[in-house]
Amino acid sequence: MSVPTVSAPGAEAVPLPAKRRVAQLVMLASAVLIVMAAYAAVGMGIDQKIPSGMLTYGLGLGGFMLAAYLVLARFAPWADPLILPLVTLINGLGLVMIYRLEVGAGGKGGASATSQLLWTAVGVVVFSVTLIVLRDHRALQRLTYTAGAAGLLLLVSPLLPVLGQEINGARIWIGLAGFTLQPAELAKLALVIFFAGYLVAKRDVLALAGRRLLFIDLPRARDLGPILITWGLSLGVLILQKDLGSSLLIFGTFIAMLYIATQRTSWVLIGILLFVGGAILAGLAFDHVQARFEVYLNPEDDALYRRELGGSFQLMEGLFGMSQGGILGTGLGQGHPGLIPLAFSDFIFAAIGEELGLTGLMALLMVYGLLVERGLRTSIAARDPFSKLLAGGLSFLLAWQVFIIVGGVTNLIPLTGLVTPFMSQGGSALLANWILIALLVRMSDAARKPPPQAIQDEGLTQVFQR
Amino acid sequence: MSELTLLLIRLAFLAVLWFFVIAAVGVIRTDLFGSRTAAAAPARKAPKPVKPPAKPKKGEPRQMVVTGGPLQGTTITLSETPITIGRANDATLVVTDDYASSRHARLFPQDGQWIVEDLGSTNGTYLDRSKVTRPTPVPLGVPIRIGKTVIELRK
Repeated sequence: MSVPTVSAPGAEAVPLPAKRRVAQLVMLASAVLIVMAAYAAVGMGIDQKIPSGMLTYGLGLGGFMLAAYLVLARFAPWADPLILPLVTLINGLGLVMIYRLEVGAGGKGGASATSQLLWTAVGVVVFSVTLIVLRDHRALQRLTYTAGAAGLLLLVSPLLPVLGQEINGARIWIGLAGFTLQPAELAKLALVIFFAGYLVAKRDVLALAGRRLLFIDLPRARDLGPILITWGLSLGVLILQKDLGSSLLIFGTFIAMLYIATQRTSWVLIGILLFVGGAILAGLAFDHVQARFEVYLNPEDDALYRRELGGSFQLMEGLFGMSQGGILGTGLGQGHPGLIPLAFSDFIFAAIGEELGLTGLMALLMVYGLLVERGLRTSIAARDPFSKLLAGGLSFLLAWQVFIIVGGVTNLIPLTGLVTPFMSQGGSALLANWILIALLVRMSDAARKPPPQAIQDEGLTQVFQR
Repeated sequence: MSELTLLLIRLAFLAVLWFFVIAAVGVIRTDLFGSRTAAAAPARKAPKPVKPPAKPKKGEPRQMVVTGGPLQGTTITLSETPITIGRANDATLVVTDDYASSRHARLFPQDGQWIVEDLGSTNGTYLDRSKVTRPTPVPLGVPIRIGKTVIELRK
């Protein structure tokens, strides 16, 4: 007689999930090497020799990432092995592209790889500090309403008379001791934390109450409060700060998190209806929104192309650049991405498209996709509802941001000024996104860590080993 | 620097970029295609049975499969041994379920048939939809519900 063999998920036979530290280190090293190769290729393309700054930049980036890796290995050993290498590659390619644009413009025009490298360093420091200080992400759940208030305050801070500054037609900056910051970037994080905490508490009533009409479950009218408030908030951002991108980003993320929390399609439909309604109203009432729509519908129009303010010049230059790149690109350092206005910030995607072509853009989008996939995976594996919602919301925030800017640059949707996460030049965005990654790493560590094992076999008192 | 070198650099860089993406997918392939080691490991570890168990006759169940609940996907190869199910550590199938008793139910072979018997559980054992009150033969593919766990016998 043989003993029945059990092959159960969760039984003793299953080995502990691997930490995959070696894989992580190898991927991290190859990401840094790819970035250095890109530097070399830029130098080769521009003046036929390997640039002198390559080692400095490469080793600088490598050093930062090694530091980040060590902090991660010490304070979040079970964290997902792919998140850090993927971010490294995106951040590094952004640095290379900014360097290339800086060299191409002869140091003029606003692109500055050195300042971006410094901000990357600050980002890594903030990443490490977040990981070290925040040992348990559930501490954030206690800060739900604090985070909500902080997010609102950060959002409206550019409107304050002394602090706020208006640059390039959008009032989204604050000046602090010589620096300009975009508080909206941090506000997004705070708001996602707020949404997650709020929805954990209220999702049952939002998910269950209501009645069925045709094929969708309609919520009760009185439960529409939160969605209407967020809608008003995003419209306020749109109207008062003239910031289309943040408005769309905040509202879209809220709808997605509402959907994750309640699994009801009706919320998504209501959200889309509200947003389309709001956008049409805004388009009728405000010139700057209307200008964006005109450009979107008819970018090739000659009058729009030549229009001084709110014309389609930038968009068309980006499209020209990408068409010049074609399938394989012109090669790093051999295109003319300098012709696109603001190629180092909003239009870095078009610049990459010109020099690396469709093949390179697809690889880049795959890297973004994998990063988002790791985040969503964390959300699935997470054990408590708060981190499920938070991880899902943060990943969606990242994905949605990439979609909005890439869609805008390729004229799939109206162009809105958003940064490409980790690529565009800009300190605030880089900082906020590194914090976002730290939160994801922290949650994936908690999700992948094996549950505590009982040391004793039986008995009323059980001793747990952490 | 010839055009050719630049072309090669360009293509090589794109290739390296894609190689990175593929390597990244390779790192997480267990996520995408399921774990292969989990199924293979016990097979390798298990010592070879001295005598292969007598082949069940046609129409007789060969394995018990958990089709619902936290242990979903678990299979137990049926032999002559009775199978106990419950929260107790010595049960054949240990379920961690607040709705199951420590010794919840028992499955045993008799005259080529498998019989399910409730061992005085609090919440009862259900064969299909009816509560098991006395030892009942279990036909192939009929669900047995124990707390949140659903099992059935298969060929």
